[in-house]
Amino acid sequence: MLTKFLKISLLLVLTSNNVFAAGDAEPLIKRIWQFEGVKGSIDKRSAQRGFQVYKEVCASCHSLKRVYFRNLAEIGFNEAEIKSLAATYQITDGPDESGDMYERAGRASDKFPMPYPNENAARAANGGAYPPDLSLIVKARPDGANYLYSLLNGYRNPPESLNLGDGMYYNIYYPGKQIAMPSPLSDGLVEYADNTNATIDQMSVDLVNFLQWTAEPEMEARNRMGIKVILFLIAFTILFYIAKKRIWSDVE
Amino acid sequence: MSKNSKIPPLKLGPVSGWIDERLPVFSYVYEHLGQYRTPKNLSYFWNFGSLAGIALVIQIVTGIFLAMHYTPHADHAFDSVEHIMRDVNYGWLIRYLHAVGASMFFVVVYAHIARGLFFGSYKKPREIIWFLGIFIFLAMMATAFMGYVLPWGQMSFWGATVITNLFSAIPLIGDSIVTWLWGGYSVDNPTLNRFFALHYLLPFIIVGIVILHIIALHIPGSSNPTGVEIKTEKDTIPFHPYYTIKDLFGLGVFLVIFMYFVFFKPNALGHPDNYIPANPLVTPAHIVPEWYFLPFYAILRAVPDKLGGVIAMFGAIAILFLLPWLDKSKTHSGYYRPIFKWFYVLFILNVVLLGYLGAKPAEGIYVIASRISTLYYFAYFLAILPLINKYEKPLALPKSIDENYKAKHQ
Repeated sequence: MLTKFLKISLLLVLTSNNVFAAGDAEPLIKRIWQFEGVKGSIDKRSAQRGFQVYKEVCASCHSLKRVYFRNLAEIGFNEAEIKSLAATYQITDGPDESGDMYERAGRASDKFPMPYPNENAARAANGGAYPPDLSLIVKARPDGANYLYSLLNGYRNPPESLNLGDGMYYNIYYPGKQIAMPSPLSDGLVEYADNTNATIDQMSVDLVNFLQWTAEPEMEARNRMGIKVILFLIAFTILFYIAKKRIWSDVE
Repeated sequence: MSKNSKIPPLKLGPVSGWIDERLPVFSYVYEHLGQYRTPKNLSYFWNFGSLAGIALVIQIVTGIFLAMHYTPHADHAFDSVEHIMRDVNYGWLIRYLHAVGASMFFVVVYAHIARGLFFGSYKKPREIIWFLGIFIFLAMMATAFMGYVLPWGQMSFWGATVITNLFSAIPLIGDSIVTWLWGGYSVDNPTLNRFFALHYLLPFIIVGIVILHIIALHIPGSSNPTGVEIKTEKDTIPFHPYYTIKDLFGLGVFLVIFMYFVFFKPNALGHPDNYIPANPLVTPAHIVPEWYFLPFYAILRAVPDKLGGVIAMFGAIAILFLLPWLDKSKTHSGYYRPIFKWFYVLFILNVVLLGYLGAKPAEGIYVIASRISTLYYFAYFLAILPLINKYEKPLALPKSIDENYKAKHQ
């Protein structure tokens, strides 16, 4: 039975390209991001606003399970802010001495809590679809940053010829163009503390900056170290080349 | 006589001398690094062997550190890799060195193989060096394949499913073999466990074959761009310091490229789907292997029959064993073979094309192109190499390595 299933799925895989080719998504909107390139860095203000969008909009369905509250220091929140933020969450801990689980206020050392107790609960609440965890989403999609930005700006009215599936929405950048997530953003949906105008475009840029950081928290350190390593190696390679020339000069 | 042809005898102190009399480690190293006579006309194509050795050591060292933090369990593997990336000190560096290092290992090994194919390194008296090299290549492929499964992402899982399923093409016992490989009725925790065990074991077997590869090499000595064997002392220079410094320079260039990818494009050679945890219920739209398997993947898919495809894919590597008998030309170096060298260039371009086709969906023009490419791949070995020898007039070879070197450097 299982081998049969696997053989069928293998067959589907080998022929699936044709199936998917029919519903090809539009080419993504390409933006220039501050985190790109060898000197790329996180736009911390934008990432902080992006965190606010995640917290107030996305977090009701999407988990962020690989991120600790304490990590938020890396995008510029101070210790007091993180502590009070974590304390607004209720975390299930335990078991205590009598063997019972209990609720307590969150701490900086906690991870972001899951919005649903398990996958089935998540699917039941979302018409059968499973909202993916967002911690790694930018690395888990081809051209992830531009994909995410495009997707959040890609909701359109479906063409009349199209039969939208039940509970599906039309998004021109989603593979197959039918997505189970309704357009999550609308102008003015959140009120930014720094008075930035919360347009869909602004919120999606902020969210991408935030999720880029959650996907690659090491990115700034990596870039800084990389520049030093490469310069060091270039210097030594030049020295090796000069030494090679000298040593070989007596070969006749 | 220039001074570079004289090699001083090894001088040992009282302690090292005492040890060496009982266990000749110092004289052995001296003999094989210091005194080892090397043709003086080696080009930069001869750098890739030492680079491959260094790449192997980098993989083993980074791999041991990864294994200290990794959990080979279907429920924890993905999380433990992310734990390495986020919580382990410089874990991201160790993992990216290992992941990019695998690709870099294949880059230098492919260059090393291509060097061997052009300069006839498989010919008498170096056949066994060549065979050992193919065994290293096979062991590398197995190791890399199993290593790619360990993060337990979507591509890990589905790549493992597709590749292990190939064995089901074997008539009669195929399905039983697949079940045996999996340790169950699908790719699951037992599969991951054994792949981890084997992924840790195989590199040390590779080290063993590499040692044999070098022992066998040091009997006839290195080949060289003329293909003319060493005749007198004047043809050679000691390995150290001439080739140690040349290899160090090559290493510098290699590391600059390697580190560029590690620090600035660490995921460019991987697949984004592998950052999605493995899910047996969701098949990715395209299942593609790592780039270094793509030419063989294209050959697999080019044959319309499953068993035929599997035979063609393994045959594409097995055929390398026959090279000493397929190519009977007495001339080793492609430089002196006016017809061969064009077919060789076409062969290399064809392998690159196969790699490109392996990444494309198996439809329309890509299928036809894959078939033509596969045909040329095999025709090169089975028809072109044996036939060229009948019609080709090799150019006159230099009398000696020494003469060739002097002609070039004066």
